[in-house]
Amino acid sequence: MSLMLEPSPQQIKEEEIYKTMGLTSEEFEMAEKILGRTPNYTETGLFAVMWSEHCSYKNSKPVLKKFPVTGPQVLQGPGEGAGIVDIGDEQAVVFKIESHNHPSAIEPYQGAATGVGGIIRDVFSMGARPIAMLNSLRFGELDSSARVRYLFKEVVAGIAGYGNCIGIPTVGGEIQFEASYEGNPLVNAMCVGLIDHKDIQKGQAKGIGNTVMYVGAKTGRDGIHGATFASEELTDESEKDRPAVQVGDPFMEKLLLEACLEVVKSDALVGIQDMGAAGLASSSSEMASKAGTGIEMNLDLVPQRETGMTAYEMMLSESQERMLLVVKAGREGEIQEIFKKYDLDCVAIGKVTDDKMLRLLHKGEVVAEIAADALAEDAPVYHKPSSEPAYYREFQAMNMEVPQVENLEETLIQLLKQPTIASKEWVYDQYDYMVRTNTVVSPGSDAAVVRVRGTRKALAMTTDCNSRYIYLDPETGGKIAVAEAARNIVCSGAEPLAITDNLNFGNPEKPEIFWQIEKSTDGMSEACTVLNTPVIGGNVSLYNETSGEAIYPTPVVGMVGLVKDVDHITTQSFKEAGDLIYLLGETKDEFGGSELQKLLNGKIFGQSPSIDLEVEKKYQKAVLEAIQAGLVASAHDLAEGGLSVAVAESVIGSNGLGAKINTEGNIVTALFSESQSRFLLTVKKENQAEFEKITGAVLIGEVTEEPTLQIVHNGEIVINTPVETLESAWRGAIPCLLS
Amino acid sequence: MKFAVIVFPGSNCDIDMYHAIKDELGEEVEYVWHTAESLDEYDGILLPGGFSYGDYLRTGAIARFSNVMKEVRKAAEAGKPILGVCNGFQILLEAGLLPGAMKRNESLKFICRPVKLKVENNTTMFSNVYEKDEVIMIPIAHGEGNYYCDEETLAKLKENNQIVFTYESNPNGSLVDIAGIINEKGNVLGMMPHPERAVDELLGGADGLKLFQSIVKQWRESHVVNA
Repeated sequence: MSLMLEPSPQQIKEEEIYKTMGLTSEEFEMAEKILGRTPNYTETGLFAVMWSEHCSYKNSKPVLKKFPVTGPQVLQGPGEGAGIVDIGDEQAVVFKIESHNHPSAIEPYQGAATGVGGIIRDVFSMGARPIAMLNSLRFGELDSSARVRYLFKEVVAGIAGYGNCIGIPTVGGEIQFEASYEGNPLVNAMCVGLIDHKDIQKGQAKGIGNTVMYVGAKTGRDGIHGATFASEELTDESEKDRPAVQVGDPFMEKLLLEACLEVVKSDALVGIQDMGAAGLASSSSEMASKAGTGIEMNLDLVPQRETGMTAYEMMLSESQERMLLVVKAGREGEIQEIFKKYDLDCVAIGKVTDDKMLRLLHKGEVVAEIAADALAEDAPVYHKPSSEPAYYREFQAMNMEVPQVENLEETLIQLLKQPTIASKEWVYDQYDYMVRTNTVVSPGSDAAVVRVRGTRKALAMTTDCNSRYIYLDPETGGKIAVAEAARNIVCSGAEPLAITDNLNFGNPEKPEIFWQIEKSTDGMSEACTVLNTPVIGGNVSLYNETSGEAIYPTPVVGMVGLVKDVDHITTQSFKEAGDLIYLLGETKDEFGGSELQKLLNGKIFGQSPSIDLEVEKKYQKAVLEAIQAGLVASAHDLAEGGLSVAVAESVIGSNGLGAKINTEGNIVTALFSESQSRFLLTVKKENQAEFEKITGAVLIGEVTEEPTLQIVHNGEIVINTPVETLESAWRGAIPCLLS
Repeated sequence: MKFAVIVFPGSNCDIDMYHAIKDELGEEVEYVWHTAESLDEYDGILLPGGFSYGDYLRTGAIARFSNVMKEVRKAAEAGKPILGVCNGFQILLEAGLLPGAMKRNESLKFICRPVKLKVENNTTMFSNVYEKDEVIMIPIAHGEGNYYCDEETLAKLKENNQIVFTYESNPNGSLVDIAGIINEKGNVLGMMPHPERAVDELLGGADGLKLFQSIVKQWRESHVVNA
């Protein structure tokens, strides 16, 4: 019945209905040319959703091509559900990060929850068991409005609700608060999985005549056009798009996960792909396109949650917890048997064909017939104009001075209270970060560490992106994002392996925004090349703007490293009184985009800290060598707030110890500069000589019995604060802002 | 000694329990799917934590109707040790194998962190390797761990020494700091903290291992006597 209500091809063209689905006039003409006729309603919907930025990367493809994507360790680069990196012993690590920004802005709990669910499916669709989750979150200032606090609380609750129920530990991540994210929070979720090489799957529809099977939850009308919605700016009208946000069912996904991990052991399985963004439309057309085949599906057979669903609705639904399988013809029963154990639908809905077409039948009629490649591989690609923004030229021309600080102790305490620096315990207390009993280093350290059961190996993982630096200087900031992630991985005792990236930006149609995308990815590419951490996959989220105002450019880096032996695992907290404290790396007068600058001025300006990637690489190598030689008691990366904050964090975590530090030069620079490529390390006295030989680090102090942080500058005590005072400021800040 | 780890649809601490028994305790253990018809071949029954059936209704409310629960009840009557951790505890309450009920945490938030517990009763088959009043560190991870019962039940729990573990610093609002209770007969223990998460120093502590060692110790002693 409802089919009759759909506009005719002629109406779609004349009334420009395609525009409401997100297609431009040029794109609609392209679609007509491809088909040799005017597309019907279902076909127009398929083009619109598959050619959305979210599915096609049409605006970002040219910059993504610059990323280094290969290396001897890479088993699977970008293009599949998730990338895969070798970790020896016929094992590999699978990981990917993905955004759910727009849904989370409208419906934060479900938006965040389904973001978690989606990225988990990407990982187990490769055949891997998910072993850890991380997330990178951005919100407006917590003290700005009740709406921001609501978004923050609900996003955290959504991540916890999904992750805890499915039983995958949420082990780490990062959160920053800036006014630019007030109307457009960022919710990026990363999943890490473990796999044996022999179990690696691909999302390909190979083998003419093989059977296409639908498994998992039934299809409803939720999330229709979610991918298109994610490719538009948020406005006051966006609230009406609430129905485009899906609802997550972690119990269903847990069943689907266990069933799929059983299925991948069967040689009856040919290919498997998550029905994520653009659901059945993307999974079917991409699987066919990647294999150079076609797929024909009878939509009457699709398990449906609601009655009277049209072909358009079924193809574009983003109902969660579904997968598309290609199975060897004649062996469907074996697969069905496995899903039956979990009471899940497993239905043959089509077959692989040799004509490279995506053909859909509904109620006895062909309702869509489009070349699979036209929807997937051959989507349009745009080279957007780029232009250097005026603000950047202004910042670069500024003459920067070292800020004046009156009260050093009070400033340190204020910095520890800044939500971006303060303890995130309020957040990670709500995440089950221990389930599966492999979490060696819990949230709150530089990187989380998860052991590989049954081996001496472990995996270190982190997400990083200081978007203030990237806003000030996208190219340098892009380098810093990768370098900082690698520094965190090295501090935990691991060798960086590869990254996944989540490029969150504003509207790429604005040349100044596209310039940010170009420059920051240039910086990231260079850092990935120098540090030997190729990009194995990722996600792009553009149009992150509210009423015309873009977020800070935020290309989040998710990195995984390999700990060769669990004995190498190192944390940031000081371990024992008498240990020597070292600083490795040069400290310069660098305050652009720093926490101190923001605290003193309420805004950021000037030049970001500089970075020399060769120096970074040299120091990382030295630190890792010293850690692996068993010479390092604690290691911490210097980041927001500089040396003073890093030392404070290391004493706070030390269970009752203190520290005495000597500094030189300008005191404000020594304590608060955010110069890059710096490490805070502690060493047992007996290891002093050997450690110094390897790293060349400078001795700056000692861990003390007395729980006080004492900083001596040119022989004069400038800070002498009980650790308890620092700790209560740091620990209490976020709960205090929320109450 | 041979243990069964019961697996309900959606169980997610089953693997942790399995490895605690196999790798750290060094005893025999098998997963048993919720449709199982018999538990006769097992000497100890473990109901793992996490979630079951998504717990969208009330924690443990659906799982208690599982086929295998008839067998768990039979094993309880036969005097076999039965341990329910977290969701397992909630299921034992729903099934009436232990008295009382769970409310949502006082904070209304899920809480995951290591907490200090006091061993109130070290004479049970689950706690005989601990010292009385020993303080141990075991992680919690739950949203509904706020134990509640009526006054009469509480009086009975106290009188029969059925409160086995209490929190040193109450994290969830639980009545008289209850973290774990045992049935009158002394063979069914339910507790919210996860002993199976505290069996390996690499992960931050092994205070939970003694709980499993207690079960084995008691079992060995009773079987030597019987033989």
